[in-house]
Amino acid sequence: MIGNEPTVFTVLDLVDLDLKEQNSLNLKCVAGRAGLGRQITVPDLNRPGLALAGFYESFAWSRLQIFGRGEVAYLEKLEVEGTNQAVNTLFSYQIPCCIFTNSLQPSAGFLAAAEAGGCPILVTNLSSSEFSSRVIRVISDIFAPRTTIHGVLVEVFGIGILLVGDSGVGKSETALELIERGHRLVADDVVEIRCVNGSILMGQGANKVIGHHMEIRGLGIINITHLFGVGAIRDKKQIQLVCGLEDWDPNKIYDRVGTEELTTEILGLRVPKLEIPVKPGRNIPIIVETAAMNERLKKMGYHTAQEFNQNVLRWLESENARALYFNRDDYL
Amino acid sequence: MTESTVSIKNRAGIHARPAALIVQTASKFASKIWLEKGGDRINAKSIMGIITLGASFGTPIRIIAEGADEEAATKAIEALFESRFEED
Repeated sequence: MIGNEPTVFTVLDLVDLDLKEQNSLNLKCVAGRAGLGRQITVPDLNRPGLALAGFYESFAWSRLQIFGRGEVAYLEKLEVEGTNQAVNTLFSYQIPCCIFTNSLQPSAGFLAAAEAGGCPILVTNLSSSEFSSRVIRVISDIFAPRTTIHGVLVEVFGIGILLVGDSGVGKSETALELIERGHRLVADDVVEIRCVNGSILMGQGANKVIGHHMEIRGLGIINITHLFGVGAIRDKKQIQLVCGLEDWDPNKIYDRVGTEELTTEILGLRVPKLEIPVKPGRNIPIIVETAAMNERLKKMGYHTAQEFNQNVLRWLESENARALYFNRDDYL
Repeated sequence: MTESTVSIKNRAGIHARPAALIVQTASKFASKIWLEKGGDRINAKSIMGIITLGASFGTPIRIIAEGADEEAATKAIEALFESRFEED
């Protein structure tokens, strides 16, 4: 497990995010461009109603400040009364940015104060609650703990499988055969993993520019999208199983029954792990495919190895009972 | 563990050919070898990993090796960077 980059996320990065459909934030910057370099340091929101009313105790200034209809109506009232002290105090804090929802336009006085304070003002056409739920989802993803792992991430029968192992053990070759058999490549070689909501490990390629390429010894770099079509790739996938490929070690004891479950830890979460020894004549892609199906069975509540053992125990018990019955001395 | 910091001296940066050279050199050694740019650390025996780093002209790169032949490995890779990957 290697690498952990510090997150520097500015307001400009937020406006610049390439998000689609139900994730789009539709943000436009209307003032305070000079402050677009301000950093967003916490993945939280704040409605600055209390602050505007002059109550600055426990003011969460480091959060994104969301202005909805209520705040805007209050600002208008302040403007009519000619008291803009509250606005000036607001901009004396290093707040990352103010976001107006429902396409609400801040007044000229507010914009001028923002410009003077160097605070970016963004406007979105979404409603406050819709914007809040989207932006929380987006920024908590950005602030999620992450790491990069040397391995290949594939989706096999809907299960996200991370293939790991030393260089040259055959991770990419295994993935290639899995793709050939109709499964999907998520990332080759460098897999960036985020721990989303503290419960899901989401894996994706570390670099969008490089996309879905693979390096196969003897062939060089190949483009999976062009060779196998868009059906053979996927942008990101939850990691549900880790398969460690390693050269067959005659002195090592490999799991022969499957009742004991090995796990490995990634970003503090435990993921089921299989250790698969590689040796000529062992078809690794088929083993990985079977592991994926077995994992699905387990998720459906059927644990093959345990169930098998239960049956053996039950059978032994009934045999005992029969023996007991037949061997009784007082049997008629 | 042996460490060394180098910077990229060829104009084009690390594209496919230099990456292949690094991998070829690194693979000759038994030690685990990594390259680090900023906070990103990748396996120096992986072509896609090295290209993914996106190391352009002037970028400082840290070479880290761990294993029996770590010093020789670090020196050999350092020499590659110094020779500008036989470019320019």
